[in-house]
Parts: sequence; structure tokens; C-alpha cells
Amino acid sequence: MKNHGIFENLKSFVPTVKPSSLFGWSVLWALVLLPALVWAQDAATQAMSVEYRDIPGLGSRNVVWVVAQQHLLLAGFVLGVPIFAWVCEIVGWKTKEARYDKLAKEFTKLLTSAYATTALFGGILLFLLIGLYPKLMAYLSDIFFPSFIVYCLLFLLETATLYLYWYGWDAMQGNRKAFHLFLGFLLNVFALGIMVVPNAWATFQASPVVVAEGTAIDRAWAATWNPTWWPVNIHRLIANVVLGGFICGAYAGIRYLLAASQEEREHYDWMGYVGNFIGVFGMLPLPFAGYWLMREIYQYNQQMGITLMGGFLAWLFILQAMLIGVLFLGANYYFWMGITYRIPGSERSYRRPILAMLVVLMVCLGVWMTPHSLVASLEEARKMGGTHHPLLGVFGVMSAKMTVSNLMILVTFMSFIMYWRAGKQETAGWAKIAKSVMGALLVIAGIAVIVLGVWGYFVPAIIRINYFSVAQVLIVLFIMLTFTPLTAILMKSAKTTTEMVWGQMPIRAGYALVSNAVMVILLMSLMGYARSSSRVHWHIYGVMRDTSDYAYSPALGYAAAFMSLNTFVFCLLVAFIFWVATMGDKGKKTPDQKEPEPAKIPAGVTPAMAGGSPREKA
Amino acid sequence: MKGPLAKTAILLVGMYVFLKFILPLFTAPLPASLIFLYLALTFASAMIFYTMSGGSLDEFMGPVGRFLTGSGQAGIAGTARILVFVLFPLLVGWQTYTRLAPSDLPPAENRTIHPAPPGEFVGLANPYPRTPENIMMGKGLYAAFCSPCHGANFDGKGPAAVGFNPPPANFSDPGTIAQLQESYLFWRIKKGGVGLPVEAMPWKSAMPRWEVELPDEWIWKIIMGEYDGAGQSPRTWEEEE
Repeated sequence: MKNHGIFENLKSFVPTVKPSSLFGWSVLWALVLLPALVWAQDAATQAMSVEYRDIPGLGSRNVVWVVAQQHLLLAGFVLGVPIFAWVCEIVGWKTKEARYDKLAKEFTKLLTSAYATTALFGGILLFLLIGLYPKLMAYLSDIFFPSFIVYCLLFLLETATLYLYWYGWDAMQGNRKAFHLFLGFLLNVFALGIMVVPNAWATFQASPVVVAEGTAIDRAWAATWNPTWWPVNIHRLIANVVLGGFICGAYAGIRYLLAASQEEREHYDWMGYVGNFIGVFGMLPLPFAGYWLMREIYQYNQQMGITLMGGFLAWLFILQAMLIGVLFLGANYYFWMGITYRIPGSERSYRRPILAMLVVLMVCLGVWMTPHSLVASLEEARKMGGTHHPLLGVFGVMSAKMTVSNLMILVTFMSFIMYWRAGKQETAGWAKIAKSVMGALLVIAGIAVIVLGVWGYFVPAIIRINYFSVAQVLIVLFIMLTFTPLTAILMKSAKTTTEMVWGQMPIRAGYALVSNAVMVILLMSLMGYARSSSRVHWHIYGVMRDTSDYAYSPALGYAAAFMSLNTFVFCLLVAFIFWVATMGDKGKKTPDQKEPEPAKIPAGVTPAMAGGSPREKA
Repeated sequence: MKGPLAKTAILLVGMYVFLKFILPLFTAPLPASLIFLYLALTFASAMIFYTMSGGSLDEFMGPVGRFLTGSGQAGIAGTARILVFVLFPLLVGWQTYTRLAPSDLPPAENRTIHPAPPGEFVGLANPYPRTPENIMMGKGLYAAFCSPCHGANFDGKGPAAVGFNPPPANFSDPGTIAQLQESYLFWRIKKGGVGLPVEAMPWKSAMPRWEVELPDEWIWKIIMGEYDGAGQSPRTWEEEE
């Protein structure tokens, strides 16, 4: 029996069709298919009307929280490292010291390994957001679509530049070095763009500017220039340098702990020093940027400002004080150990100044960590007359916090200056006068910061915010901007009395570097949560309400557990990435080849990153 | 007593005595959480300072190591060592028991004193000019409705204040109304303790809901009188001329 196919059967069933009746057949088919079209339309409408999807067991918010935080931390590292890798390369180019070039290359190696993972997490985050928050993403896409295109273009340019910068490193030496440096510059320009464009999307959610009229570009432009965009841009730019510096420091710390030869120890000791220096260098202006951001948030919306600083998120700022305090202490501890171990015989002469600085730092930290509303039992609260202590309650407000944070910055800066000058004897005739002037200025600055802080209690808040706090910041900046060049000039003609010895630091120095990195990751996870939670039950503050099952703020303990989880996962990720990067180096060796010898640091040489010159020994 | 470890112990004991017994002679006693914080910072300072160099680290950790290993610990020192080994776990056990044992004492609280105001109260400005007459009227209304609790001197020490826990706010403290905008006070006076949002739990405020008794005009004028009487200025974004 002949097996007719379905179309054959249809043909036999349908009478012969004349061209004139084609229209009739079309109408007939349309009628037959109409229900299917309606069903399809229903399905599409249903899909379009989905506002949220969930991941059972885990919760959509939790998953997005972890993935977004990993992406942000990786992005912070990837965008921060090119800044100082490029600066290191310039230093090496200017001073003709190969070790800076090698260091810059090592930083870039870490960057290239982390770059792909950052993009991967970015992609995962995007898919999750589209799938789990379709309504929000549709709204954001509608407003920001032109900037999506810009972002894609920047990403392409960044990737291409990074490939050229990394793979062309050895080929672009000598005469081509200037072009390689130009590539490094371009890399940073594109990286800045990659950071500021998505910052507009995130800050729009917190402080939206919605324009109903105009072209798509007009609307996107207006939404981009929202009140917190530039404060966040500046804050993140500096924070990325801090994160990158401390993570590179931690990498060096671990390599130092694992070093098999003295050469390796010397190299990674030096790299750890540079990483810590970069982290501290970025950390000094960071509180100023943070203060500006909070001021803008407060000015944008009082409710959001109070939620952050006085409401249920206020306790996060006590945790922040603790983490920043540990970071400041860790960085200073590393500097002080550097003086003790790298400059033999200097321990005794620097013991007193170090003790004085430690006491000031601890007193400041004590004030910073004292909450306005104290945790007290009923009995204790009764004795205090409430949860505000009549005497120590004054430490709980911004005037006190600003004062101590400025003093801690000042002390940390002086710690660095002391490290810089250790083991050297100024020879300039005017050195004594210069040192006296610097000492007097330091004392005056410290007193002025305290006086302004105390005075701040007796003036209207706006006077304190607009003038006193700004004056405190300017005083500290003045000290940093005058002492740095003055010390550099003094050190240029100074003679080395004690040679700096690298590779002698104790193992706890390596752990201090790792601890600093962990603290900064925790800090970024903490404040990222605070910034995001300040929107409370809004996806876009005051514009689009969160109507999902997760439209509530998690308890602080729950949030703290997630911050710890995020920090742990990120540390694992970074360790894996760096392990892979190092494995690649080992794989390149042939059996008869030894480990490539790291850059050797000549004894008695002060790193140029600290402003000194390697030729000063002569 | 010599050595870094002994100095640290003396410092910690001295700090504890100062915070727990001497400071309360001049002001209110400190809660245990704050004493613990300051002692932890003191201990951290000693650890940082004495681990700065190999020599001081050995001096600091040496006695600890000798104590734990028992090397050179004979006679009274040896007996003391065994006593510590017996008493220390007992102390930890007692601490754990007292923490976990059922108690009728309420837990320590970290109540949010200044929760964020609802949206409808954000950005409101006092609609009445700051004239001597309005301030005077505000002070008069304050004397009638607020001073029984918040005190005639705006210091939270009115005749009825002793009956409340937590006590009424002290407006002369620069950490209270001076940190807030007028709109915030308007919300708190108008809605009172019952109007506090969820984040301010437990709702421990005896502040009446004044909107049922006072017109808005009076509330705004009371705010004016409060600031003037307490010698404070409201938080604003504009500088006063």
C-alpha cells in the first residue's frame, strides 16, 4: 500500500485550487489559525505581564545579592588595578628601573586573569536580572537604552586595549614604550567609562530623575545626571584603587609566605609594600568622598539620609567604623613593622613616636565606634537616663566622627612620612627649620581639627556641614599636599644612615596584608548593602515600588551573614584566579629552566613609589 | 611587675577600674557593651605595640608560652598554673550558664531612636515666620503641653519625666533636635509614639498623638519655641541670614 504523507492526504482532500480562489483559501486558513494566534498573543501578554520570578529554595533576591556583589568586587579590582599598574609603568619608564616595569606587568597579569571572570559574572547578573526582575529591567531599558549601546562600545574598546596592552608588553619596549604607555592611558579612560555608565543605572535607582518628554537620548541623559551619580563615581573610583592595592598587597603577602628563595622574599616583600602603599594612598581621601556622597544623599532625600545615618541602617556605620579602624590599624601596623624590620636598629628610636600614634589612633577609633544610642540593658538604661549617655553620648554624632576620622588620616599620613624618612639623615642646610615648621604645622592642624570638631556642637548643622567639616578636610589635605613635596625635596639630598633590607619581614606582616584585603572586601560588601538598602521597599526610589515577596529589609544579622558569605566567596574566587595565573607561569618553564628570577631590589634603596630615588644611596 | 604582659594586664585592670568605678563618680555609669569595647581596644593596642618587633613579641608571648608548657613552673607558680587551668574552664562555664539561663530581665536593646519619617512629612517647611510673637506663643504652648515631661528648661527633666522609661528627650543636648529638621519634629509631635514605624520597634514612647488635640499651627509654633528655648537651631539646607 502506498504510504501517503499528510500533505499528500491534504492535497487529495482539497479540491484543485484556481488562482482566483487563493484569496478565499487565505481567509479560510486565517480563520483556522486565528485561535492559535490568540493563544500565542495570550502567552506573550502573560509573559510580558510577569513582574517577578523566583528561585525556589534560594530566593531571587539572595541570588542576585551574591552575584551582583561578586561582580562589583571583581569589577572594582579590574578597574582599580590598571590605574596603579600604569602609574608603576610610568615610574619604571621615568626612573629606568626595570623592577617597576616588571611589577606593573605582574599587576596587569592579575588584571587579565580577573577580567574574564568579571565579565562572566556581569553576564550572569544581567541574565538573572532580566529573568527575575523583568518589569524593572524593562523600565530601566526603556530609559537607559542609549547608554547600553555606549557601554557595549566601551566594553569592546576596553577589551581590545587590554589585549594590546598585555600581549604587547614585551614587544613594545624601547622606542615603542611611549605607545604602550598611551595604551595604558586609553585602558584607564575606557575603564573609567565602563564604571561611570553603569553607575548611572544604579544611582538612578536611588535618586531618580525622570523626564517624560524628549528623545530617548534626552531622557537617558537626564536620568544619568542624577544627584548621586558623581559622588558615587568619585567614591567608587578611589575605592577601586584601595581594593586593588590591598588585594595586590595580599597576593604579595601570600607569595611572600610561600617564597622559597631569598630573591623571591625580597621581591614579594617589596611588592607587598607597594600594594599597602597604594591601598593607604587611596584610603586617605576616601572618607572625604564618602562624606560628600552622604551629604548628597541627605540633601536629595531626608528620609533616605535618616534611614542610613539615624534609622535602622545606622548600626551598619558602627560596623563600618570598626572595619575602617582595623584597616587603618593594619596599614599602620605594616608601616611600623617595616620600620622595625627593614631598617635594622631603628626600633628603639621610633618606639615612642609609634606608641604616641597608636594611642591617638585607638582613642580616635574608640570615639568613632561609640554609638549615639548605646546597647544597654533596662537597668543600665535607667541609670544612664535613656540610651544616650550624658557624657559619652556626644561621641555619637557627626561632629565627633568627622574629627576623629580626620585625625586618623593625619596620623596614618604621618606614619607614612616617618617610614619614608626612617634610616636617613637630612643634609640640606634648611632641614632643621623645615622639620620644625612641619612639626609646628602638624600640631596646629591637629588642634584646629579638634577645635572645629568641638565648636561644631554649638553651631547650626548647616554651618558645621558647609564650613567646619569642609575646613577640617582642607586642613588635612593642606598638610598632605605640603608635607609630601617638602619631604621629597628633603629626602633627595639626604644620606642613608641605615640600609633598607628587604625580605626580612616576619610572617605576621604577610598576614597583616591579607587581613587588610579581607577588611576592605568586607567594607565594600557592607556599604554596598547599606547603599542598596537605603531604597527600602523601592526598586526606583519614589518611582517604582518593590511589590515582590522580598519587599522588606532583611534583619541586620541576616545581612551581616550575607556580607561575610560574599567576602568568603570573593576571596575564594580571587585565590582561584591568582592560582590559575601563577600556574600558567609555572607551566611555561621547561624542565631545565628555573623559576624566573624576580626583580632584585638593591639594598638600601627606598622605593620610588614613596617619592624617594633609588640613586639617593650614592 | 615587669615585662609587656604584666604591663598589659595592669593597663587592662586600670582601664576597667576607671571605666567601671571612677568615671561613674562624675557621670552616669557606662553600659557593659561600651566597657567591653574600650577594653577590647586597649588590649588590641597592647597586642599591636608588643608584636611590632621580634624582641618585644618574645617578651610578650614568652611568659604565656612558659605558662602553657609548664617549663620552669615549680612551687607556687606551678600550683597557680594548675589552679588557673581548673578555674578558667569553670569561669567560662559559669559565664555560658549565666548567658543561657532563663531570666526575667529584658534583653539589651538597640532600638532605633531616630527612624526615617514617612514620605508625606519629608521636606515640609515651617509655614509660620520666625517672629518674636510666634516664638513667644510657641513657648507658651510648650509650657502648657510639653514642659510637664520635657521640662521648663527643655532638658527632659519635667516633673512627670521620672515616670517614663525611656525618659523624655533632652532638647538642650546637641545630639537631639539640633540634628533634625523641623519637619521631623512636626511628624513626631503630630503622630506621637503610636505613629512610630516598624523599624523603631519596640514602640517604647509615651509621646501623645498630639494631632487629636492640637492644630498644625500650634505644633509648628511649639517647634519654634522648642528650638529657641533650648538654644538650638533646626537642621536646614539653607543658611539663615
